[in-house]
Amino acid sequence: MISIQNVEKSFTLHNQGAAVITVMSDANVEVTPGECVALAGASGAGKSTLMRMIYGNYLTQSGSIRVDGVEVVGANPRDVLDLRRTTLGYVSQFLRVVPRVPTLDVVAEPLLALGEDEGVARDKAATLLARLNIPERLWSLSPTTFSGGEQQRVNIARGFVHPYRALLLDEPTASLDAQNRETVMCLIEEAKARGAAIVGIFHDESARDRVCDRVLDVTSFLPKGDA
Amino acid sequence: MTLQNSSDAFRSEYTDHSAPHPLLRVVDIEKCYGQRIGCTGVNFDLYPGEVMGIVGESGSGKSTLLNCLAGHLEPDQGEVLFDTRDAGLVDTVTMAEPERRMLSRTDWAFVHQHARDGLRMSVSAGGNVGERLMAVGARHYGQIRDEAIDWLGRVEINETRIDDRPSAFSGGMQQRLQIARNLVTGPRLVFMDEPTGGLDVSVQARLLDLLRGLVRQMGLSAIIVTHDLAVVRLLADRLMVMKDGHVVETGLTDQVLDDPQHAYTQLLVSSVLQV
Repeated sequence: MISIQNVEKSFTLHNQGAAVITVMSDANVEVTPGECVALAGASGAGKSTLMRMIYGNYLTQSGSIRVDGVEVVGANPRDVLDLRRTTLGYVSQFLRVVPRVPTLDVVAEPLLALGEDEGVARDKAATLLARLNIPERLWSLSPTTFSGGEQQRVNIARGFVHPYRALLLDEPTASLDAQNRETVMCLIEEAKARGAAIVGIFHDESARDRVCDRVLDVTSFLPKGDA
Repeated sequence: MTLQNSSDAFRSEYTDHSAPHPLLRVVDIEKCYGQRIGCTGVNFDLYPGEVMGIVGESGSGKSTLLNCLAGHLEPDQGEVLFDTRDAGLVDTVTMAEPERRMLSRTDWAFVHQHARDGLRMSVSAGGNVGERLMAVGARHYGQIRDEAIDWLGRVEINETRIDDRPSAFSGGMQQRLQIARNLVTGPRLVFMDEPTGGLDVSVQARLLDLLRGLVRQMGLSAIIVTHDLAVVRLLADRLMVMKDGHVVETGLTDQVLDDPQHAYTQLLVSSVLQV
């Protein structure tokens, strides 16, 4: 479902003497439907970088990244957007929204973008917000004023409202209490059960042990000589 | 590198007939002011429902480009092909003037940075909206007024203000009225020149929310010129970065902003103050 082959990534810092920093070389990962792979490695080893490359948020210099058969490396913006709309979900650590938009609409948006009926989309969003213990009185407010944990749950709701077949999760349980953490664990397990391929970063070891089928140390993708 | 790739992709699309039609195809546009380059070598396709942002500092040629695309300026060379309802892709640069004027009243809309440039200040708010409807043949006064009321509501202007002149409106209200006036005829392509420039941040947020909703509901395509990177991040699917009349980088909006490849884009992104 997610197939990464011989991938290399470097950053050229034009405004700092055109320094070229190669952060990844010869990365290879295969994730099958229903499988959850945890990325591990010290801070700065390239876990988030790899996730962003899969999402098309970072450009990849060479190699191949395929999600559901779609080549992300060198793809048209249109094709990446289409992939993100239909197939590839991403729960980041930061919630980025248009100010003033109610939480319910923020969560329903991925469904509306797919042409789902407004009523159905809002019902699905409401169900998920309720499951994640966001009080109903907050649904009509913009999440920009919410606490960190609440914002994260809104972000999670947004990422699970559509049954994406591939999911990228960046520390989905980081600032959650035990009860909400359990809900997120269940959401991940349900996604796996319906055949979603998942790549995630979990600093929470017990969460990682519970939902992940294997752990991949990205330190092995550091350019040879640096490692 | 990036430009090379995009022009290759561009060529291959010419031969791929199974791909959906672009709404707008821009081929090698150039506009000079005497010796000085306004903009040059601009190529892109815009598809239905897509929003493209054009960013760059003052004098980078972004407004010149927008005005060439919208038919306000005549480019020195190049084509601006628009997917017309009757005849498919037609070059609007060489199109007869009456035809182009008809297009700019029906399928095209232009939102000016200063609402005063896009409104008739001596005509009531309702008249401003109704006038564009009449230009495309609406004659029934009651229907025109109902439509005007509906659109004032959509841009959050109270119905009771319908007979007021825009000169009695705040800057943010004038801008929303300009948008209503432009969208009432159901255009397929909207050109916007710094649509949120000069507005309070709270008013900007309202306008952004409004524009996003309209783009989704009406399936609009839009080209937005701005120097505000936060605005394009929220509104645009794709981004084009201009410097000294040249396109230096294009790509998916979040990719260009989060992993900029060109030296100038890196400078532009790193110069933004964090809030």
